[in-house]
Amino acid sequence: MDYFAQQLINGIVLGSIYGLIAIGYTMVYGIVGMINFAHGDIFMIGGFIALISFLILVSFGLTVVPVILLIVLLVSMAITALYGWTVERIAYRPLRHSFRLAPMLSAIGMSFVLTNYSQVAQGARVKPVPPIITGGYTLYEADGFVVRLSNIQIIVVITTVVLLAIFTWLVARTRLGRDMRACEQDQTMAALLGVDVDRTISMTFVIGAALAAVAGMMYLLYYGLVDFFMGFVAGIKAFTAAVLGGIGSLPGAMLGGLLIGLIETLWSAYFSVEYKDVAAFSILIVVLIFLPTGLLGRPEVEKV
Amino acid sequence: MGVTTPAAHSSAAAQAPGAAFIFKKALISALVALVLFSLMIGVRTEAGSDGQLTYWTRFGDLAAMVATVFGGSIVVELLRQWWGPVGTVRIVPPSVQSGLALARRGIAPVLLTLTFLVPVIFYNERYILDLGILVLTYVMLGWGLNVVVGLAGLLDLGYVAFYAVGAYSYALLATNFGLSFWICLPLAGILAAFCGVLLGFPVLRLRGDYLAIVTLAFGEIIRLVIINWQSLTGGPNGVTGIPRPTLFGIPLTPADDGLAALLGIEFSPTHRIVFLFYLILALALLTNWVTIRLRRLPIGRAWEALREDEVACRALGINTTTTKLTAFATGAMFGGLAGAFFATRQGFISPESFTFHESALVLAIVVLGGMGSQLGVALAALVMIGGFELFRGLEQFRMLVFGLAMVLLMIWRPRGLIGHRAPTVFLHHNQAISSDLVKEGHG
Amino acid sequence: MSADCILNVDHLTMRFGGIVAVNDLSFGAERNKITALIGPNGAGKTTVFNCITGFYKPSGGSLKLTHDDGRKIQLERLNDFRISKQAKVARTFQNIRLFPGMTALENLMVAQHNALMLASGLTFLGLIGAPSWRTAEKRAIDLSKLWLERIGLLERADDAAGNLPYGDQRRLEIARAMCTEPALLCLDEPAAGLNARESAALSELLLSIRAEHGASILLIEHDMSVVMEISDHVVVMDYGVKISEGTPQQIRDDPKVIAAYLGADEEEAIAVMESGT
Repeated sequence: MDYFAQQLINGIVLGSIYGLIAIGYTMVYGIVGMINFAHGDIFMIGGFIALISFLILVSFGLTVVPVILLIVLLVSMAITALYGWTVERIAYRPLRHSFRLAPMLSAIGMSFVLTNYSQVAQGARVKPVPPIITGGYTLYEADGFVVRLSNIQIIVVITTVVLLAIFTWLVARTRLGRDMRACEQDQTMAALLGVDVDRTISMTFVIGAALAAVAGMMYLLYYGLVDFFMGFVAGIKAFTAAVLGGIGSLPGAMLGGLLIGLIETLWSAYFSVEYKDVAAFSILIVVLIFLPTGLLGRPEVEKV
Repeated sequence: MGVTTPAAHSSAAAQAPGAAFIFKKALISALVALVLFSLMIGVRTEAGSDGQLTYWTRFGDLAAMVATVFGGSIVVELLRQWWGPVGTVRIVPPSVQSGLALARRGIAPVLLTLTFLVPVIFYNERYILDLGILVLTYVMLGWGLNVVVGLAGLLDLGYVAFYAVGAYSYALLATNFGLSFWICLPLAGILAAFCGVLLGFPVLRLRGDYLAIVTLAFGEIIRLVIINWQSLTGGPNGVTGIPRPTLFGIPLTPADDGLAALLGIEFSPTHRIVFLFYLILALALLTNWVTIRLRRLPIGRAWEALREDEVACRALGINTTTTKLTAFATGAMFGGLAGAFFATRQGFISPESFTFHESALVLAIVVLGGMGSQLGVALAALVMIGGFELFRGLEQFRMLVFGLAMVLLMIWRPRGLIGHRAPTVFLHHNQAISSDLVKEGHG
Repeated sequence: MSADCILNVDHLTMRFGGIVAVNDLSFGAERNKITALIGPNGAGKTTVFNCITGFYKPSGGSLKLTHDDGRKIQLERLNDFRISKQAKVARTFQNIRLFPGMTALENLMVAQHNALMLASGLTFLGLIGAPSWRTAEKRAIDLSKLWLERIGLLERADDAAGNLPYGDQRRLEIARAMCTEPALLCLDEPAAGLNARESAALSELLLSIRAEHGASILLIEHDMSVVMEISDHVVVMDYGVKISEGTPQQIRDDPKVIAAYLGADEEEAIAVMESGT
């Protein structure tokens, strides 16, 4: 039972990270109707930026952990958001009115560019980092097995909850959020009513990228390493999460993320670690066949 | 009179943006580049020998990159002004048009003849022959995927799965049961076609991006299963000792029962390479011939109609389910045949050869070729694989350039090299249909 | 309904969530006659079509199709392509759905897919070029040529369908539907966007189809000149229910119908009619 509880905790933490990435996928799909294949690699870039910022700050002699974390968070969010903005401007905006296949292939191309770019820029080897946040709480102890809740796990979950709250408020209450929802429904009409569609779409990518950056930083803190290929698999899993929760739905993305994280962790713990990715991909296929609108999405009727 | 002509004023203002605009744009691009590259390029991390992560700065590289972006931005702006916006219609003079039409009709037979002569001309240059085999393999893969993506309009991002199934079928059948290549070849095709149907069933109702990502997931699942099912596939170590093909039982070895001995000529290892070259050429031409014939048959026309408008197909009584499944199965079969060839050529296969990059490469070839056009796909394969070869020694940049090429290709010429579709039946004259009219399919 | 109806719609109901688009609709389309389904926008006409042609599954009711040989088929039990293939019901669409990247001839050849598939031995005979296949293909091309000539597009047979002028596209869509050799032809606003001359040509085409091909026609139309000229029977819908049916003359003078189109009350319509004419 305690083994299960530990896996539950681990699954929720992993799920939070997936959820943060999934929000980016779902927001972009909702507003421009494309799967941003490069989004997983934005997450990877976020991890790298966080890593490098950490190194620099630590080498300057900064030791106060909360301050370091805050600075790294802001820096990686800002720079990764800029990456997201740039990718949209270069690879997607010119193709907005092109035919269906074009933005998708462009996104795949951009994904290759980002992966290879970080491989060339930072070398192909995995970058390990000593644990920055240590310690935790023992929740339960019996029969030699310990259920632990580590500090880093607490931080990940709290950060996720806070960010989710902020962005839910943003989408529901602010002008930008309203513009986003308008563009999701009808871009032409929104434009006619004075919404700056280009800017709104850009901001959607920027926000998605910023959240992916946070996910990258959390991943770095939690697993202690980054490598240039982590974006590919994480990206597909996060997209699965977005679809599972209902594409276009913000709470759905987070719900989907948690579910995927739990399923992956429990599967690895009780069945086999090697096939955990297969499990995630299979879920994607199953969801898209049997429940294409996801758990919290709205069903679409085909117009003839 | 002091009447200013507003027309003249506004036309002056609407003139091509001046140097100040270009400079400002370049400056902004450079600033963005500075921020983007500041940490990733400006700082280089590496895990030291003791596992500790260290870093050093590379401000020189950073400055160089930012300067390149600055300069490149200026160049791009100037090009854009000179060339006009993307998609500008250019009037081609009729003399050029008729010349191009002539060239178009002649290019296929010329190319084919040249291909047949390659082993003759380059008999002693192993490198060229190997490159030729590689190009032909991708031409065949491109023609195979063309059935699914180009003709039927079904977005398949997991084509490498069928390639892998074909390769592993032959490898395992040959190493475990000793079956000859010529028996295993059709078996590989059938197995791959079966997998194509397996993939087709779940994705029948999916469209566009969703279809694409499910096929991608399928491809990845196949690869992961291959890696992890070690008892069957040998896992990451792959399968070794795959037998080379024989000329219908006559081996190509220096032994006394070898082909060289039978023909009474001196044995040379080049024989096998030439044999492999003509083998893949034959397989590719088979793919081509079958595809062209199928296009003229109701099934091929149904594939293209499916791409154009699926709802109308259903209203005409066409069973879209079987149409999609046959498209997947046929494309998969050709992928499987190519995979079997790949296994016999290499003598050794491992899961590393069957990654998503391969699927993306073949898809890029099909799209670059101009979906549905056989000649276009062949030319695109030549350009892409040839281009890849130029990057020997610069392999770490290859994916980067490939990715950028894909982005640029989509911006500049999303419908591919060949800008038209040839009709399959005509009454009076065979006129090509501009690719603007041809739909790309929604799933 | 004592007349010989090829299609009997009985108590057809279609619900989308909370909205009832078609409510307990019953009418009959007579064999070898032209039946028009009219009504203001949003009346549910295209929904009825989509139920008949298998794109929607009706929430309730029955759609009975009776072939010339007496065979009866319940359309609500078939779905999509089977309705065209087995029940021999063909349709055109409100927003033309041709295959724009294929030539006019190719469009008509696609319509003959099922017959050709059989003749090509599920492709295998065709692959080896068997003579039986060649004959079948020639026959299909001849049928296509016949229809192209009927609609005056023989000269443009090799032009891309997407390049044809609008009126020609409409007629090509009808010809394509006819190439499936249907028993019932359902046309969704075939005269939409056509000028007077083109509408007259369309009327002539539909009348000739009824006369020469033994097909029954069910059409949705807003163009009253076409409806009045060619229909044998008219069914009027509003808000998902049938409000009137009869001959074109009866419909034209029915105050309920006038009221529906004007958006007014029946009493008002009667008052206007009595004061005016």
